[in-house]
Amino acid sequence: MTTAPGDLTALCAEVRRVASTVVDPEIPVISIADLGILREVVVAGDHVEVRITPTYSGCPAMNMIKSELEQAFATAGLAPVQVRLVLSPAWTTDWITETGRRQLHDYGIAPPAPGGDRTALFGTTTVPCPRCGSTDTTQLAAFGSTACKALWRCATCREPFDYFKCH
Amino acid sequence: MYTGSITVADTPLLRYVLGRADDALVLGHRLSEWCGHGPLLEEDMALSNMALDLIGQARALYTYAGEVEAAGRDEDAYAYLRDVTSYANLLLVEQPNGDFARTIVRQLLFSAFIDPYWRALMASTDPTLAAIAAKAEKESAYHLRHASEWTVRLGDGTAESHARAQRALDELWPFTGELFTMPAGERALIDAGIAIDPETLRAPWRATVTRVVERATLTLPADGWMQRGGREGRHSEHLGHLLSDLQYLQRAFPGATW
Repeated sequence: MTTAPGDLTALCAEVRRVASTVVDPEIPVISIADLGILREVVVAGDHVEVRITPTYSGCPAMNMIKSELEQAFATAGLAPVQVRLVLSPAWTTDWITETGRRQLHDYGIAPPAPGGDRTALFGTTTVPCPRCGSTDTTQLAAFGSTACKALWRCATCREPFDYFKCH
Repeated sequence: MYTGSITVADTPLLRYVLGRADDALVLGHRLSEWCGHGPLLEEDMALSNMALDLIGQARALYTYAGEVEAAGRDEDAYAYLRDVTSYANLLLVEQPNGDFARTIVRQLLFSAFIDPYWRALMASTDPTLAAIAAKAEKESAYHLRHASEWTVRLGDGTAESHARAQRALDELWPFTGELFTMPAGERALIDAGIAIDPETLRAPWRATVTRVVERATLTLPADGWMQRGGREGRHSEHLGHLLSDLQYLQRAFPGATW
């Protein structure tokens, strides 16, 4: 069986569309595409491969994302699609799309300051409260509910909130 | 039932990758021992988070070791099925947690070394090591900051916390010389741009540690005789106890999954 180039493009787009329906299990409002961990879809003959990249070294969600991808492809009748983990280039929080940053914010998680360099890691970046927008905020703990988050508090609306750490 | 140990190939690159992985796994395991025992809830979470970072780094490195050795072994085989003499971690990271001050000082001494180490390794000619380093470098930067802040807080705190931090520094200092040692075979990796020379980090490491120790009103110990042997598989008795805890399940129930 030969696949016409047009079919190939369509298949790629379909695989990408299905892959994009998978969301982060810890933050179920953001898709893995907007989180920037869905790297590419490679189709060669009848071999389809989806490449994803880990966020934090110890992120326990990666195993689950891999199995959810496999399940999504099976449900869409696209199996077998191979899901492969690639390390290079390393993911940084700059891979999160504008849509993703908005989704994090609307979910109550302050998105990471752009530019994941060392100044953003430890600089005096102000983190606006995702609830009331106030910049009168302070960090309570550098290590929060998951590996990727820190715990902050807003002095204006008095609410604690998660901050997606720069990485 | 009992699963016997594996013997891994002795090539410079494999040995190097396993050494870095062992450092991360053993220190990660030590920090995980604090889970549920932290002095306060936030610290319980911080230490557990750092353990997660380190064990994650170890997983990536063990997986790469599997590719390098090409003997069909996965990350679990290296972590669970090697005996104590096959482990190549630094003696510093296997030292028991002791009190909170001792854990923090151990974390400071290691992080002040490994953070610039990963940063330099991002330029490795080995793309997998460079990618692992790019991730680990940011994580270790958080660890260094955490350990530095706590060292200052403890050293410049009460008479009791000061005494405990100073005792920890004095007792752990003889394990810092090994940070800069290089096992046989590593020179070739350095010349090939794969690994970096730890000696180049001695001055920056000392500058970081000195700055924190001085702010903490502690006294930097004098450089005396330094312990070594971890990189060559000669460990303190503590590692054997740690591994018996870490490896028990896979040894008793081979291949167990859940």
